[in-house]
Amino acid sequence: MHLFIERTNRKMEKKFRGNVRQLLRKLKLNPETVLVAKNNALVTEDEKLDNTDDVKILSVISGG
Amino acid sequence: MKCEKCSEKSVFSGPCYCKKHFIEYFEEKVLSTIKNFGLISKNDNVAVAASGGKDSTVLLYLLKKFHGSVDAIAIDEGIHGYRSSTLEDLRRFCAKHGIGLKVYSFRDEFGRELDSMLDGLQAIPCAVCGTFRRYLMNKHARGYDSIATGHNMDDEVQSVLMNLLKNNAEMSARLGPKSGVIEDGLFVPRIKPLYFCAEKEVMAYSLLMGFELSFAECPHVPRSFRSQVRDALNDYEAGHPGTKKRILERFMAMLPAMKTHYEKKISAGAIPSQLRRCASCGEPAYGTVCRACQFLETLKPAVHRPNANTEKGTANRLLQVRL
Repeated sequence: MHLFIERTNRKMEKKFRGNVRQLLRKLKLNPETVLVAKNNALVTEDEKLDNTDDVKILSVISGG
Repeated sequence: MKCEKCSEKSVFSGPCYCKKHFIEYFEEKVLSTIKNFGLISKNDNVAVAASGGKDSTVLLYLLKKFHGSVDAIAIDEGIHGYRSSTLEDLRRFCAKHGIGLKVYSFRDEFGRELDSMLDGLQAIPCAVCGTFRRYLMNKHARGYDSIATGHNMDDEVQSVLMNLLKNNAEMSARLGPKSGVIEDGLFVPRIKPLYFCAEKEVMAYSLLMGFELSFAECPHVPRSFRSQVRDALNDYEAGHPGTKKRILERFMAMLPAMKTHYEKKISAGAIPSQLRRCASCGEPAYGTVCRACQFLETLKPAVHRPNANTEKGTANRLLQVRL
């Protein structure tokens, strides 16, 4: 999948099959601090992801 | 996961709603907060303390939509690599939505930017920045009925916990959807229409509405006590969903008693019944000199002193300050 992590401004190609919850666990990201977009649409933690998806992990925390 | 109200796919969980029903749910929550706590009356002149971040941008949009007229006031602290991008977003948003915007800077008001001020102080950046921001916001919002801030549920729960951890629970009596206990002619009341909205909900609303905002995080945040409390609360929330909401609900149940206790102390003379006027600048102060002037006294040469006290706050003087 094409993966973008907003807070660290990291883009990467990643082989992954599973759901959003499992991806966040693998990346050690607290689900309370992010929202996830798949192919430019917000999705919930049970959403299935595969290698062709464009996934953005957007930071809920910003500002001061 | 399906929407709780229709068969569409959810875009948000806890509660699970599709885009249309999430937007309805969120807007209803903000409207009911305004109504239930009497935050805004029909003819009120409201200023939003805006930064270009998601919280104050969402607030600007909703107050413009539901209240009609609203102005934005922003403070440019002068934080390198951070504030200029958010202010650019704010200018673009205000122009697009026909919202008046005024920007005041630390440089113009105090003679130097925050980054430069911190070189002369041992204090925590957020304590200095927050003091000067609140000072300028209150001064320049005078004439408005209230200042609406983008504080959300996460911000408030952090403040409650921080006050408790600092053994300063009395400070929490000043919290709530409508801030403050002591009324004063020079003090503009502050209201928090996003009070019951989780930060994640505010972010989701901002994304679903297509607001074009940059991701920006203040570089001083890692040094703040608030960020440590925020991270701890997010860890609790992940392990025990509903933690923040329960803390806020318990706090709201205790708040009337805390305010009564505070008012009794005022009646007994333990706390002044009125704010004083700062001996240096004439702005409202709890002590003889306001906190902003105390910080300014510790700065190195040639800083502007805040305006001398006038009801309109227009007189400007430049004083040399020596250490």
